[in-house]
Amino acid sequence: MHYSSGWGDVKVENHLVIEAEGLTKKYGTQIAVNNLTLQIREGEVFGFLGPNGAGKTTSLLMFLGLTEPTSGKIRVIGFDPTREPLRVKEKVGYLAENVGFYDDMNAQQNLRFIARLNRIPDKISSKKIDEVLTQVGLFEEAKEKKVGTYSKGMRQRLGIAEVLIKEPRLIFLDEPTIGLDPDGTNRMLDLIHSLSRDRNITIFLSSHLLDQVQRICDRVGIMIKGNLVAIGPIQELAKKKLGVEKEHYTLEELYMKYFKEA
Amino acid sequence: MVGVIIASMVGMGIQEESKGMAKPTLLFLWLFTSTGKLFSFVQFIGFFGPLIGIFLGFDAINRERVSRTLSKLASQPIYRDSIINAKYLAGVTTIAVVLVGIVLIISGLGIRLIGVVPGSEEVLRLAIYVIISILYVSFWLGIAILFSVVFRSTATSALASLAIWIFFSFFVGLGAGFVANAVAPINQSSTSAELVKNEQVQRTVSLLSPATLYNDATTTILDPTRKTTRGFVLVGPLERLSLSRFQNPLPLLQSLIIVVWYLIAIIAITLVCFGVCYLVFMRQEIRTV
Repeated sequence: MHYSSGWGDVKVENHLVIEAEGLTKKYGTQIAVNNLTLQIREGEVFGFLGPNGAGKTTSLLMFLGLTEPTSGKIRVIGFDPTREPLRVKEKVGYLAENVGFYDDMNAQQNLRFIARLNRIPDKISSKKIDEVLTQVGLFEEAKEKKVGTYSKGMRQRLGIAEVLIKEPRLIFLDEPTIGLDPDGTNRMLDLIHSLSRDRNITIFLSSHLLDQVQRICDRVGIMIKGNLVAIGPIQELAKKKLGVEKEHYTLEELYMKYFKEA
Repeated sequence: MVGVIIASMVGMGIQEESKGMAKPTLLFLWLFTSTGKLFSFVQFIGFFGPLIGIFLGFDAINRERVSRTLSKLASQPIYRDSIINAKYLAGVTTIAVVLVGIVLIISGLGIRLIGVVPGSEEVLRLAIYVIISILYVSFWLGIAILFSVVFRSTATSALASLAIWIFFSFFVGLGAGFVANAVAPINQSSTSAELVKNEQVQRTVSLLSPATLYNDATTTILDPTRKTTRGFVLVGPLERLSLSRFQNPLPLLQSLIIVVWYLIAIIAITLVCFGVCYLVFMRQEIRTV
């Protein structure tokens, strides 16, 4: 891995994997994301909260360079995703909401295809595929089965496997637990947590399932109608906002407070 | 399969047709142009070739969208235009393999059935024919991919491509006749100048259709006795007989000169079609709604 600009080096030393400043995205006259400024440190698990249609997915797409911002500056792992999308996509994984697969291929074939798109030679990827399948718990269960027959939980885990095959430094997860049963949700959350703990991968998780976010996230950002209304560790934010001295705040109390105000 | 049927059908036809001839010239090309019992290979590809292109392309992009794999593809470290380029190139490769395959099958069977070995000029003419056909079918592939970019539903894009195909294959020809009769009416007592004008208008209008372009170009390339893309000579049966007796085949270069504008037009529409497709795709939001 080599960095093209001196600035990139500095940012990586500072351990900031995402820096956004005044990020704005307009669709016609409608403002999807308004003046978003935020910084994510290497290794943290960040929860990006907000109701449906608050601009969470749009922000993720801008961080990945899949959508061009109307204005504002972004740096992701030291690169500008609009200018150098490939540098960003090489090391950043994205698991879309309700991700799709080629249903007539099995897990290994799907992974092999993604590995090839990431220019991983077949010799290396064969080993890696088994490795990531084991890691997400699909190796025994389903590596030969066609993906079309998978359950929702298995599909989400295969999605994570596809992200892991490129050995990312940062992973964007868009609603990773939506539509999963309680067991599937727990496995998913444990998996996400272990990625951060064991491999020091930065996780940027967008969700509106508050209790789950509270379980695994170090810091949260609350997005409402395109505006980032709060950012910080849950307990700190709650103390400031709710003002009541309490042993433990739930994220739900905090979120609803912001939501009603907005 | 299609190749085998056509080859055997044409083989029979040729044997009969060539019976009375003292010295058949360029017999080998008849394999492809002779109509045999039902239709010739060239007519077959001219008519159904567009369908091959449409079937290969109509769900290229919107199927990825529907199955939600497009955003995943786009988030891999590849340029966005690689997706559309790959879709197009994959289609063109398939078309090339299919067409070259069929032509080779027919040639092989033909050599066995009629025992005539193609000369170098015939091989060249065939090669040019195959290249034009690949381009032409790729044009339809481009149309289909364009619709698959524009429409979210695969059914809509398939139907839209078919509608365009039907329009160009049937209605432009019909419409050309109407336009010509309106612009330059003819009747029983028309002078030859009026007849020529009517024919010219009709021709110009029908050339708007890629199907006409292609059919005229390929028949001229494959039939060396043709001296224009369309025969517009009103002759009696006796004159026709004497014409065909003393007619010599054109050399390849001369045939090419006749159709060179057609070829350029086919190349141009194919490129323009892909270009539009590319632009629309690159400007589209990747987001699945």
